[in-house]
Amino acid sequence: MRIAIIDESPARAAVIAEGLNASGLTDVTVLTERSGLVATIEKLSPDVVLIDLANPGRDELEELFAVSRAIARPIAMFVDQADDRSIEAAIDAGVSAYVVDGMKPERIRSVLDVAIRRFNAFSRLRAELDEAKSALAERNAVDAAKKLLIKKRGIDEPAAYAALRKAAMDSGRKIGEVADALLTAEKLLGDI
Amino acid sequence: MDRLRIGFLPLVDAALPILAHELGFAEAEGLELQLVRDLSWATVQDRLLYGHSDAAHMVAPLAISTTLGLARPAVPLSVPFVLGLNGNAITLTPDLAARVTKIGSPGDIKAVGAKLREVIQERRKSGRVLRLGVVHRYSSHNYMLRYWLKGCDIGDEEDVSIVTIAPPFAADALAAGEVDGICVGAPWNSVAVERGVGVVVATTSQIWRRGVEKVLAVQQERIEAERELFDRLLRALYRAGEAFVDPHQVAAITEILALPKYLDGSAAAINRVIQDRVLFAKGHEPVHIPDFMFQHREAANFPWTSQAAWLYAQMAAAGHVKPDIQDYLAAQAVFRPDIYRAALATVGATLPGASSKLEGGISTPTGVGSIQGRLILGADNFFDGQSFDPDAYATMLQNSRV
Repeated sequence: MRIAIIDESPARAAVIAEGLNASGLTDVTVLTERSGLVATIEKLSPDVVLIDLANPGRDELEELFAVSRAIARPIAMFVDQADDRSIEAAIDAGVSAYVVDGMKPERIRSVLDVAIRRFNAFSRLRAELDEAKSALAERNAVDAAKKLLIKKRGIDEPAAYAALRKAAMDSGRKIGEVADALLTAEKLLGDI
Repeated sequence: MDRLRIGFLPLVDAALPILAHELGFAEAEGLELQLVRDLSWATVQDRLLYGHSDAAHMVAPLAISTTLGLARPAVPLSVPFVLGLNGNAITLTPDLAARVTKIGSPGDIKAVGAKLREVIQERRKSGRVLRLGVVHRYSSHNYMLRYWLKGCDIGDEEDVSIVTIAPPFAADALAAGEVDGICVGAPWNSVAVERGVGVVVATTSQIWRRGVEKVLAVQQERIEAERELFDRLLRALYRAGEAFVDPHQVAAITEILALPKYLDGSAAAINRVIQDRVLFAKGHEPVHIPDFMFQHREAANFPWTSQAAWLYAQMAAAGHVKPDIQDYLAAQAVFRPDIYRAALATVGATLPGASSKLEGGISTPTGVGSIQGRLILGADNFFDGQSFDPDAYATMLQNSRV
């Protein structure tokens, strides 16, 4: 497991790195400089990023992860004070895991494992949601295109669907794309 | 005394919560405010979501992106109060500024844009993309800058790369040549100017004279459950707004804001900002920009749902959200004029009758309907003369997808 620790305090980062080493995690890079942070993370491609909640470089890091989901990495956060309620809220709000300062080294490994698992689960969930959304959009477009064909060409629904499917196969496109194109053309051409 | 913790970033527009505490308005409402200072919006946002804070000073679009769940699970937020309009500026490196404007004073923003476009085209030949820094992906700075660039016929991707830089590091990034320009809030432009690493070429009020900027954000569930508690907070913030525009209190307010636990910054720079005076370049006289920053006048704290609507439209234009009518409605519902009215009816605040308006539609001061007080709104136009009609945008969304 490759771990990047981002912390402005080299002393604290060193203590955490030591704890990780002690539990058998040796591929650990400590980053304390703000400048070039984003580029370094990109190059390093860690399995998990361990960062202080209050780190001033976090907006830049989040921008990086928002721009490219491929680069996005699980984030485990360490905080100075935490109660059970805020840990729960943190997990609900999307942080992959929450590391409380002074956590025993033998526990940190399982926390990082949890971070990675949660991150993967969320990514999968989001991909599924995107897929479901675009499937719905496609179905709506196909329905609208069918209605248009029925109205303009006076054919019935199965014939309209068959026409769309044939056009899609002939042009090597998805049926949703053909439906979209038809609707766009209709909008542009209007009643001509 | 009820205790409320409020997260903030060291910016002049965090003034109202700070002053509500320091000038005793919170105490008068039976509130003990604890201000929690952080250095990145991500931290401010996290503390609010994790319950480390009860309310937060926040860039307006971030409240919307959090509610819509962009890049993270959705947590609905509510905005019952706007903490300020505008107050940001665009600062370029001195060399670049010299090519696009007359240094030291505000230029015609259209002309500045046209010159910038020439520079960009020249650079494109040599394969160098212009890099501009904004304070957050989901910030008004980002969207105002994009609106201006687009209006000047400067494309987003191939012409300009817009990156995120936390405000306290913006001047460093300019100095180090990491970016060619920054769009940040007060007093960070001044910091760059005083260090001689940047020159202000425009204020965002030149792009949109009444642009929504920072808001007070609370978790929706929380504010619904404890309306009376947050009503008191809103009243204290409103009183702080009255104090903010009182000329007799400028010196005292400057001193408070400059304290290490708040902005920890130059009192001279803060003093200029709260009097709407902008230092465009080192060695020049500050210039008075009447529209620079609004904390109180013209019911500036009223959360118009049309402001949220405009932001959503910009988020869609930037490709940050997939245009969707349900999301558009959800974004508008983040702004809560109903809570504002209910909380401030008793303090004699001016209360607009409508919750949404045509943004950018006013060119001369105009009286508008109010259910309490008399409200005259000043010119709120966009630099390109366009206006934004929230209903027309909804119709467009409905028609673009069948």
